[in-house]
Amino acid sequence: MSETVLRAGAPARTVLVAEAEDPAVRLTHVSKWFDTAGGRQTVLDDIGLTVGRGEFVCVLGASGCGKSTLLNLVAGLDRPSTGTIDVPGERRPALMFQDHALFPWLTAGRNVELALRLRGVPRRDRPEEARRLLELVRLKDAYGKRVHELSGGMRQRVALARALAQEGDVLLMDEPFAALDAITRDVLHEELTRIWTENNLTVLFVTHNVREAVRLGQRVVLLSSRPGRIAREWAAADTPEAALTSLVTDALREEIRRHGRR
Amino acid sequence: MAAGETVAPRKVNETAAVEAGLDALDSAPAGPARTPVRQILRERVLPPVAAAVLVLLAWQVAYEAEVKPHYLLPSPADVWRALSDQWYEGTLFSTVWTSMQRGALGFAASVVIGTALGLLLGAVRWLRTGIGPVLSGLQSLPSVAWVPAAVVWFGLTDATIYAVVLLGAVPSITNGLLAGVDQVPPLYLRAGRVLGATGPARVRHVLLPAALPGYLAGLKQGWAFSWRSLMAAELIASSPELGLGLGQLLENARTYQDMALVLATIGEILVVGIAVDLLLFAPLERRVLRSRGLAGTRS
Repeated sequence: MSETVLRAGAPARTVLVAEAEDPAVRLTHVSKWFDTAGGRQTVLDDIGLTVGRGEFVCVLGASGCGKSTLLNLVAGLDRPSTGTIDVPGERRPALMFQDHALFPWLTAGRNVELALRLRGVPRRDRPEEARRLLELVRLKDAYGKRVHELSGGMRQRVALARALAQEGDVLLMDEPFAALDAITRDVLHEELTRIWTENNLTVLFVTHNVREAVRLGQRVVLLSSRPGRIAREWAAADTPEAALTSLVTDALREEIRRHGRR
Repeated sequence: MAAGETVAPRKVNETAAVEAGLDALDSAPAGPARTPVRQILRERVLPPVAAAVLVLLAWQVAYEAEVKPHYLLPSPADVWRALSDQWYEGTLFSTVWTSMQRGALGFAASVVIGTALGLLLGAVRWLRTGIGPVLSGLQSLPSVAWVPAAVVWFGLTDATIYAVVLLGAVPSITNGLLAGVDQVPPLYLRAGRVLGATGPARVRHVLLPAALPGYLAGLKQGWAFSWRSLMAAELIASSPELGLGLGQLLENARTYQDMALVLATIGEILVVGIAVDLLLFAPLERRVLRSRGLAGTRS
C-alpha cells in the first residue's frame, strides 16, 4: 500500500524534530474546567503534549474527552483554566471544523481569498493564489461555485484550501471528515497525506475514528474521557497499520468500558 | 522516500480519478427549467388581476345603487378622471416625486442611523439591555403620534417630516439588524476569528454578511414604516412653504370635498408603497436567499 510507504518514509524526518527544541505546539499541564449549575466540570486534566514542526499528530478519544476543547484552546478561541500553551510560530494556527464553516455568502474562491486577505496578501495576488490552493485540493473548477452547490466532500476540500491559505504554523483539524461517507473520507485521507507531505505542514488532528488516527498520524495520542487525560501514546512507524489499529482499538474500548463500571 | 516517489504517482492519479468521479456524482444538478411565460401569466398574474377587476365591479355596482350619494362615493371612472386630470396638469409626477424624494432621503438617513445603532447595541451588552426594550416598544408606537410633538419642536418645516420618518423607521431597521445578528450561527463567528477577522474586519467580512437576511427584512419593514410615517407627517404638516407631496394633496382634496381626488391619491400612495417593495426589496431578498441556497427557485 502506497500510503503506508508514504507514511513510513516520513516519520524518521519529523519525530526527531519533535524532540528538538523547536516545537510547533507545546502544551504544559493544561487543564480546562467549566463551572456549571451541577458544580465544576473538568474537561481536560493536566495535558502535556508537544507537536514538532512538520509532524502529524492524531488525538483520539471517545465523546466527552474534550478533543474539540483541546483544539479550541490551541486555536486561541478559548483559554485554559491552568497551564500554558505555546504556539511559537508567527502566524495564528489554522483550524478546520467538522462542519466546513465556509461562508455561504461567498463563492468557494472568495472564501479562500478572504483568508488570504485577512493574512495580508495584496489584492492583485489573491485570485491567482486562491486558484492555486483550489487546484491543490483538486477543485480548480469550483472557484465560482457557491457553497451550497458543492458536495460534502468538496466543501471540506474548499475548507482545507481556506485553512491552507492562512499559512498558519499549525493546521488544527477537528474531525473534519466525520460527516462524510466512507469512500469520500478514504479519498480525502489520501489527499491530506499528499498535501501534508508536499507542503511540509504541521498537523494536529482530532478524531474518534481509530482507523483514521492510525492511518494519518505519525503519532496517535489516546485521551481518556471525563476528564480528558492523556492515556496512551503510540508512534505509527513502530507497528504495522493493521496491528496498530487493533492495539489502539483495544485501548480505546478499555477506556470506554471504565465508564460503564462506575 | 525513494520508494514513496516511485509508487506514489500511480496511486495519486487513481485517487484523483476517484475524486473527480465523486465530485461529478455529488454535485447538485442544475436547477429546474425556467417556468414558461404562459404558466407565469396563468398562475401568478391572473389571480391578482381578477381580484382587482372584482373589486372595481363591486365598486361600480355600489355606485350605481347609490349606496352613498355620488359626491361621497364617486365612480371608478370619476377617480380615473381625477388621475388623468392630474396627469395633464403635470402635477401627478411632481407630487409623487416630491413624496418619493422625501421618502428616499428619510429612509437613507434611517438606514445609516439604524445600522450604526444596531451595531452599537449588538456590541455593547448593557446598552442593549437598556435601550433594546425601548426600541421594541417604539416599533409598536404609530409614528403619527410623534407628529404633534415634531410640529411644536420644528414648526411646519421639512425637519418635522424627517423627524417623524426617522422615528418610524429607525427602530425597525435597528431591530432587524439585531435579529439578524442574533441568528448568525456561532460557527461563522468562530471561523472568522480563526481566520483573523477582528474589530472592523469582523463586522465587515463576517457579522454583516452573515446577518444580511435578517437585516434585509428589517430594511423592508423600515421602508414600509418610512412611507407610512411620511404620509402621516405630510397629511398633518401641510403648509404652502412645504412642497406638495401626496399627503398634502390628500389633505387639500379633503378640504375641497373632492372625493375622486382623495381616492385617486390613496391609490397613488398604495402604488408607490407596493412598487418599491416589489421592484426593490423583493428581488434583493430573493437574490440574497438564493445565492445562499436558502430559497427554492420559486418563492
